[in-house]
Amino acid sequence: MKEGQRFSAARWWAVVLKEFTQLKRDRLTFAMIVGIPIMQMALFGFAINTIPRHLDTGIISADQSDVTRDFIEAMENSSYFKIAERLPSEEAGRQALAEGKLLFVVNIPAGFTRQVLRRERPSILIEADATDPTTTGSALAAVDGITQSVIERELTGPLASLQGGPAPFNVDVHPLYNPDEITQYNVVPGLMGMVLTLTMVMMTGLAVTRERERGTMENLLAMPSTPLEVMTGKLIPYIGIGLIQASIILAAARYVFLVPFFGNVFAVYLSALLFIAANLTVGITFSSVARNQLQAVQLAIFYFLPNIILSGFMFPFKGMPGWAQAIGNLLPLTYFNRLVRGILLKGNGWADSWPSVWPMMVFTAVVMGVAVATYRRTLD
Amino acid sequence: MSAATQFDLAIDVEGLNKHFGGKHAVKDVSLRVRRGEIFGFLGPNGSGKTTTIRMMCGLLKPDSGSGACLGLDILKESAEIKRSVGYMTQRFSFWEDLTIAENLEFVARVYQLADRKGAVKRTLADLGLTERANQLAGELSGGWKQRMALAACMLHGPQLLLLDEPTAGVDPRARRDFWDEIQALAARGISVLVSTHYMDEAVRCHKLAYISYGTLLAQGTAEEIIEGQHLSTWAIHGDHLAELQEELRKKASVEQTVTFGDVLHVSGTNEAELEREVEETAAWSGRRVEKIETSLEDVFIYLMSRPERNDGRNG
Repeated sequence: MKEGQRFSAARWWAVVLKEFTQLKRDRLTFAMIVGIPIMQMALFGFAINTIPRHLDTGIISADQSDVTRDFIEAMENSSYFKIAERLPSEEAGRQALAEGKLLFVVNIPAGFTRQVLRRERPSILIEADATDPTTTGSALAAVDGITQSVIERELTGPLASLQGGPAPFNVDVHPLYNPDEITQYNVVPGLMGMVLTLTMVMMTGLAVTRERERGTMENLLAMPSTPLEVMTGKLIPYIGIGLIQASIILAAARYVFLVPFFGNVFAVYLSALLFIAANLTVGITFSSVARNQLQAVQLAIFYFLPNIILSGFMFPFKGMPGWAQAIGNLLPLTYFNRLVRGILLKGNGWADSWPSVWPMMVFTAVVMGVAVATYRRTLD
Repeated sequence: MSAATQFDLAIDVEGLNKHFGGKHAVKDVSLRVRRGEIFGFLGPNGSGKTTTIRMMCGLLKPDSGSGACLGLDILKESAEIKRSVGYMTQRFSFWEDLTIAENLEFVARVYQLADRKGAVKRTLADLGLTERANQLAGELSGGWKQRMALAACMLHGPQLLLLDEPTAGVDPRARRDFWDEIQALAARGISVLVSTHYMDEAVRCHKLAYISYGTLLAQGTAEEIIEGQHLSTWAIHGDHLAELQEELRKKASVEQTVTFGDVLHVSGTNEAELEREVEETAAWSGRRVEKIETSLEDVFIYLMSRPERNDGRNG
């Protein structure tokens, strides 16, 4: 500013007005200004519950008595556990845990009640999927209280004498997959999906919008190159970038955070490829919708937010209300998190992985359809 | 159309129409460009020039109409047209973060040229770009950018060039050099359709077409277009022409007054009446009045204002 040039309210106001007019024109930006806080509030305010409750639990019960029934009831009443199914065998329990259908399997051995009465102090076994210790932690912490209340309620009258002395029965908790309950084991593989989501969606969104914004798209279309060639050709480098990112995170997980790899690393790469494909379709769709690079970035962020919050990366998936889980179930990151954690921490094979693979395939196919439909073939 | 004319014509389109939303951008445009001809396409901004060019090179599908580019059907053979036509976009549309050579290499690959290296080298030399081959396109001045764009259009040896305002924003000297290049190409038998706003460029074209509000108003050689409007023009020399212009505009026979520096051109279709009224109005002031040949510019200004007179402003 020149000396002697004083601040003019009128000129200042001219700039303010101009800015508002431009903002009003940019509908998408305007929608984002309103949309992002509303979405954030809804997600953080309603969806996130850091103390997950009603976690799916399976029961293998070879003993039916008042004591066992009360124990199961007390688990449900604690609100941490939700009895989802009765399982026929331990194998079925392990399978359900591996697939991630259940978080806990409660195993009540045959003759449990009789052993209690004989003061043989039997044990109930709770196997927990501890890949994400934050999810299971509070529920498992409640087990002692549940046990105590059952003892006080059931062992009365002639059985009251059992209450004194050592506990009449034990509950053994076996955290599976991540026995030391180290949070990094869960977070580091999850990070891969988050990083891939952000870079893939944003970079492809930008790459295509940039061509349009700079007018080079018209040139590409005027040349013999077909839209399919342009699109897929542009995407290839990003697949490479995605795989490099995945490798960096995997290397860091293995050698810096010492995450144990139980599964096949090749399977992780295959999963990453599928996940990259899913995100690229989102990126292409955004690049068709966005009119400029700024809008592409905004859309990428708009997509990114529910992904980190609702996919089970940051907050326990099972701790969210049903509607939030339903949204989470539409996002590929949810499945990718499960898939990669399953492969790395549980050593899951093809059969265990399939429930997470097909939703990503469906997502990719559907969004690809949307991308093709919205893609501007000519300049009309 | 007979087989012979089809062979002679680089562009032959009939009754092209295009709507964008509610806007009728191009209305029944028919154009014929002979092989080896430089065809100037004129008209105000937003008159439909770019849309017409895009329809001819297969980038846009016309809502109705038909025609051929280099004998290829514009509706069915747009892929072949793209391969055999060189289209230069109005806005510089190459990659500014690539060098000239890299841009040309890319174009050569897209056109699947057999001798890629040779073609790039030749084209660079033809257009005097060899020394700048490794400069980033984004660092070039307007004139050099256009030259590079022309080089990219020429790379695959097209028989027809569609140039959309190639010299907009380019300094006069670069403009002249660019046109020398175009005329050299035409001399080699390449047909050129070029849209422009500049009169000095229009007069260098063999044939011209004038489009306004999507309608083609005139087509032919410069002489044909001038004659077609039946305008007579008087030139009045002197100072304070503005007041005189006000005065003349009130006269019934005066359809157009344009000031070129210290000369006022007065045009109208009724020659006798115009002469009488011009003499009457201008004589007393002692200014020099002479009948001149109507210039192309007079005619274009006349054409430009015509739709407003006839069917009002309709964007």
